[in-house]
Amino acid sequence: MFNRIFSKQNRALLGELVRTDFKLRYQGSVLGYTWSLLRPLMLFLIMYVVFVRFLRLGGDVPHYPIYLLLGLVLWQFFSDMTSQGLKSVVDRSDLIRKVSIPRWIIVISTSISALINLSFNLVVVLIFMFVNGTAFLATALWLPVLIFETYVLSLGLALFLSAAYVKYRDITHIWEVVIQAAFYATPVLYPITLIKNANYQKLLLINPVAQVVQDGRYVLVTHDSKTIATTFNSPWARLVPIAIVAITLIIGCLYFKRQEKNFAENL
Amino acid sequence: MSNIVIRVDKVNKFFELPHERHSSIKSLFVNILKSKRTYEKQHVLKDISFEIEEGDFFAIVGRNGSGKSTLLKLLAGIYRTEAGSITVNGKLTPFIELGVGFNPELSGKDNIFMNGALLGFNRKEVHAMYDDIVEFAELERFMDQKLKNYSSGMQVRLAFSIAIRARSDILLLDEVLAVGDAAFQQKCFDYFETLKADKKTVVFVSHDMSAVTRFCNKAVYIKDGKLVRRGSPSEIAEMYKLENIEVPKVIKVKQNKGPQLSAVHAVTTKITHETPDKLHLTFSYTSEDDKDMYIGFSVLRDGISIAELTTSLDKPLVGSGAVSYIMDVTAFNEGVYQITTVLCRKDGRKLLSISRAPLTFKVRGHDLTRGAALKLADAWDYK
Repeated sequence: MFNRIFSKQNRALLGELVRTDFKLRYQGSVLGYTWSLLRPLMLFLIMYVVFVRFLRLGGDVPHYPIYLLLGLVLWQFFSDMTSQGLKSVVDRSDLIRKVSIPRWIIVISTSISALINLSFNLVVVLIFMFVNGTAFLATALWLPVLIFETYVLSLGLALFLSAAYVKYRDITHIWEVVIQAAFYATPVLYPITLIKNANYQKLLLINPVAQVVQDGRYVLVTHDSKTIATTFNSPWARLVPIAIVAITLIIGCLYFKRQEKNFAENL
Repeated sequence: MSNIVIRVDKVNKFFELPHERHSSIKSLFVNILKSKRTYEKQHVLKDISFEIEEGDFFAIVGRNGSGKSTLLKLLAGIYRTEAGSITVNGKLTPFIELGVGFNPELSGKDNIFMNGALLGFNRKEVHAMYDDIVEFAELERFMDQKLKNYSSGMQVRLAFSIAIRARSDILLLDEVLAVGDAAFQQKCFDYFETLKADKKTVVFVSHDMSAVTRFCNKAVYIKDGKLVRRGSPSEIAEMYKLENIEVPKVIKVKQNKGPQLSAVHAVTTKITHETPDKLHLTFSYTSEDDKDMYIGFSVLRDGISIAELTTSLDKPLVGSGAVSYIMDVTAFNEGVYQITTVLCRKDGRKLLSISRAPLTFKVRGHDLTRGAALKLADAWDYK
């Protein structure tokens, strides 16, 4: 089955979709692909100036700029994947209405675009780490696992949202609000220690994205970072967000599979 | 016994068209509360069954909106079937139209790779055939330009050059001939010839009956979602032409309402069969004044008048009455003909009345000179 899903034709198609997407993004700009590195670099500089120099939010957190940056990068990945995934099927209605291609390829292609974006952003994080003189931790090898967890969560959501968006065009507006709310409910801009109530801390960290962000900071930036394991005082606490991720993927896949037959007619 | 590659068995297709499309959550909630949604259930395909054998060049003919394209989309697997089944043995082309997935913002070159991927080719394979594609499309100079700067003809040429690379067993072609100039059509025809020579299975939807009769070996006629007839392409093509004749009727009736035509004059025409090759035309006329009138009629084929006749100038018609004429149709080739009749004054300029609807008659019979209206007698002198 795996062989059939990733057949030669499907791989070629996936490759072209991702390539097209990437080419179109910097279409007509003078600097072209440079933007994929330049854009996050500049955005992070702004964040750095605002949150580190002026607001001084993470006063006692070691390497706070990197800490902030990594959180933003991981959040951005989640946000890109779900928001772009949501629109992917509708945006590609030209293909869906006229060609019989596996529909999930379209969602996967946007997820790969988001992964490429993430890797550029991580390069920027490395640059900042180097400039900042942050020591490289051996635990950083866990980072891919955390990225994988975010990927699975976002893919599940993207599958669900993209299929629902075909029928209900309000989804895009709703999701915009949800993602904005979730952004503030996730300790990205502020250190989680800013929340004094231990119960609220626990509640926040059940959110898989928050768990990944905190774990990411722990493995890459500083072992002082509070993670879900230290908050709950049990390494097994991680299983809760992981279970949420797994359930999201299953629901997303099932819903997408049920809806995809009708895409061509509903679009 | 040939292999059946496509079997369509009692296929039905409905489209549920909501009267008020609930593409917003609010209307969804409102409708849940009301617990009824008003749909217009459109039955677009009704119990369609047919079989296509390996090597068939199969035409699906029908007027606009008859369900041909829906059927093709079902065959391609883009739509799902509600009832009935479609069995396909072999690899189908995944798309049915030219230039699907073309992106105007990308260069011609990038679009070739994208389209190639839709056909199932990876980059290496497209690279190998790239030069041939560009050469065939005659677009060597333009490959690095964005597609939006191409003329529509250039886009079609490019799309076609890629599409013919498809290595599938069964090809679905929808209205490929609708676009493009004469040179492009010639290329299409050449391609069809090679498909025929290679014994490929082709499902062909077109409004071009000359192409249908030229290439196809089987055809079906679809009307209002029903398969009304299957037969030889020439039979089906003739049926299609007949169906299309209803259209000018409406136009003629409208013309009849012209202000210069007085209601006190009227002419009606009736055709009866005399002998197999003679038609009896009866023209009845009425007038409320006593001025001279003449009746004229013309025989049209494909909208072009091929014969005309007026009543004798020495014998003007007055009042009410009828005249008849026996028309010999031995010289008429197979086809559909129409008769329009006018009632006019002597100089022929002042029209009094036009027959309400043109009468249609059909000449059947085998002949070799299909295109022409008239048949000349076989009076050759072999020296």
